[in-house]
Amino acid sequence: MRDVAVVSYACSNVARDASHNETEMIVPVLHEAVETSGLAHDEIGFVCSGSLDYLQGGPFAFVAGLDAVGAWPPVRESHVEMDAAWALYEAWVAIQTGEVDSALVYGFGKSSPGDLHEIMTLQLDPYYLLPLWPSMVDVAALQACAFLEANGATERNLAEVSARSQRNARGNPNALRKGDVSAEEILQQPVTHHPLRDADIFPITDGSAAVVLAAGDLARKVSSRPAWIRGIEHRMEAHGLGVRDLTRSESTRAAGAAAGAASGNVDVAELHAQFSHEELILAEALGLDGATTDINPSGGALAANAVMSAGLVRIGEVARRITDGEADRGVAHATSGPALQQNLVCVLEGE
Amino acid sequence: MAGERVAVVGVGQTVHRTARKDVSMAGLVREAAQEALDDAGMTWSDIDAVVIGKAPDMFEGVAMPELYLADALGAVGKPMMRVHTAGSVGGSTSIVAAKLISAGLHQRVLTVAYEKQSESNATWGLSVPMPFAAPLVAGAGGYFAPLIRAYMYRSGAPRHIGHLVAVKDRRAALRNPKAHLHIPDIDLKMVEESFLLWDPLRYLDVCPSSDGAMAMVLGSEKVADAAPGPVAWIHGMAMRSEPTMFARRDQVNPQAGKDCAKDVYAQAGVTDPRNDFDCAEVYVPFSWYEPMWLENLGFCAEGDGWKLTEAGATGPDGDIPWNMSGGVLSSNPIGASGMVRFGEVAQQVRERAGDYQVELKTGRALGQAYGGGSQFFSMWVVGNKKP
Repeated sequence: MRDVAVVSYACSNVARDASHNETEMIVPVLHEAVETSGLAHDEIGFVCSGSLDYLQGGPFAFVAGLDAVGAWPPVRESHVEMDAAWALYEAWVAIQTGEVDSALVYGFGKSSPGDLHEIMTLQLDPYYLLPLWPSMVDVAALQACAFLEANGATERNLAEVSARSQRNARGNPNALRKGDVSAEEILQQPVTHHPLRDADIFPITDGSAAVVLAAGDLARKVSSRPAWIRGIEHRMEAHGLGVRDLTRSESTRAAGAAAGAASGNVDVAELHAQFSHEELILAEALGLDGATTDINPSGGALAANAVMSAGLVRIGEVARRITDGEADRGVAHATSGPALQQNLVCVLEGE
Repeated sequence: MAGERVAVVGVGQTVHRTARKDVSMAGLVREAAQEALDDAGMTWSDIDAVVIGKAPDMFEGVAMPELYLADALGAVGKPMMRVHTAGSVGGSTSIVAAKLISAGLHQRVLTVAYEKQSESNATWGLSVPMPFAAPLVAGAGGYFAPLIRAYMYRSGAPRHIGHLVAVKDRRAALRNPKAHLHIPDIDLKMVEESFLLWDPLRYLDVCPSSDGAMAMVLGSEKVADAAPGPVAWIHGMAMRSEPTMFARRDQVNPQAGKDCAKDVYAQAGVTDPRNDFDCAEVYVPFSWYEPMWLENLGFCAEGDGWKLTEAGATGPDGDIPWNMSGGVLSSNPIGASGMVRFGEVAQQVRERAGDYQVELKTGRALGQAYGGGSQFFSMWVVGNKKP
């Protein structure tokens, strides 16, 4: 395997960006990622992105992204209709083949123009599940109920996750929901989707993120402390909510084991938990202990969740902490699909 | 080609029809995948990873359908990816899948591409009015017709050239039982008399809207050496993209297509495509794209593509047959069409193309797909010998 590292990361999130189209929204983030990578634009070997047509409301959302890349002369480029964490995986694979030594990866989406919770319903089996028209929050609440019942956890445990997220997010300029909030204060909010409160549900976010990857000596040349990818794996689970155990995440456990998440100290973990209970399920699947691992120091997806880039942001946030010397080894996680159906785990390490 | 050797060890394809009402979306992809597994002598549990591709989700109304299709494709517990690069996606998906093996990560990868266009109206699904953008409301034909007229103006090609391609590819489809369109009495007069859609394109110059799926099992060198049947070795693969809106673009003869061809030929050691290949399957959704891509892919000098078409060079008995299966003009499940091209050339070099098999001389063939506003390209070269 070739050593590949994250050498730069940029992100921008807002609650509602009504004044820019997607191309305009992406341009500053791509520029920042490329400029801070130490690589010239034309030195980057491969470009890969993640986006969702249904967020843009038209076909070919990724074409808007390509216009922001400045793809001239023509570029080696690909796109996944998945969170951009999987675009990073595709780029990492391209570097592993030896075809290229570097890649620009980005993801973007505006959740604010439509009704995101119902748009994501369109991910469900169109014959058997979609006609029931559960929103993504309804599906998550079902999972939260099952989790609390099976584990003896309480709504207070969920509120504690949310309160810590909001406190951690105070130092994150890209976080939308942040503040010095206690679990008691959250518990006084009304339950909107039993057992979830607004604070247990990610905030609607428009945004984008970008990462530059570089291999071996190139990474060492451009970065004083590259964040090396020591393992990256992803796994799919069954789609039907009734045929899997919603109280745990087997695909996260399997991806984490394959990526070697537990084979060293985990100083920091960024988990793509869009709902409070998901963080508890994911931490259990990865064997993480909040006493020794700083979980979601950015505030995580409960603080800002730009759909299609939020998983890539988890990798970027861990990488940034390693490059800055705040951590030596960390785990990043991204998810896709209803109730944590598909999960990716990336282990990063400084030298 | 970079990395470990990769070969196509199994190919499966559905029957393409206007509406496959006999199967769900899951049933459609599974039909192609099962045939590919059977061809490879494998079962579902042999597969390490699954890579699926299709064009816009709005064609069927299911967002990120890999999630719902995971069970049908045996992907539970495995890595699964979903590629979307517009019309080139079937080719891109094949390449993403092959890279999982050339990178040394997996031994056996199942790749599938599909479209079930009867779930919606694809032409108008391509032209949703967008905020901040001038509405085209043109469909694909309305977008490409002006480029075709520009090609005719530049090259001086006579007006019947497109119709020749329309007849040639539909006649080829008569030998392919899986093709969507079978028009036994097709001839030049019938095409000329079909009604005008977008000048110069008449109804029969245009691809159909199809339901269909294509699947391949790709294997490492070890897997391919142990395969029960013939395999198609990948000699080169490449993708290139350029922006939609850019004043210096030549949309008639795009630079991304030329660069992609140059890259894939260099990997495969191809210097004279017309002689170095036995045949090609190329994405020709509108008849005039055959002469246009002949030039873009370097099979002749710029301006000469229509002369090859007119002389019959690309026909089944010509020196460089193109689209022996009937091509996109005879079956067009958009998201799958690129993979159909890639898989059909694999079948040719495996000598598994049935009634439309070409005679192998060099044992090598080119698959090409394109998409968007002639801006996304994917290509691969396959051969019957190890690269």
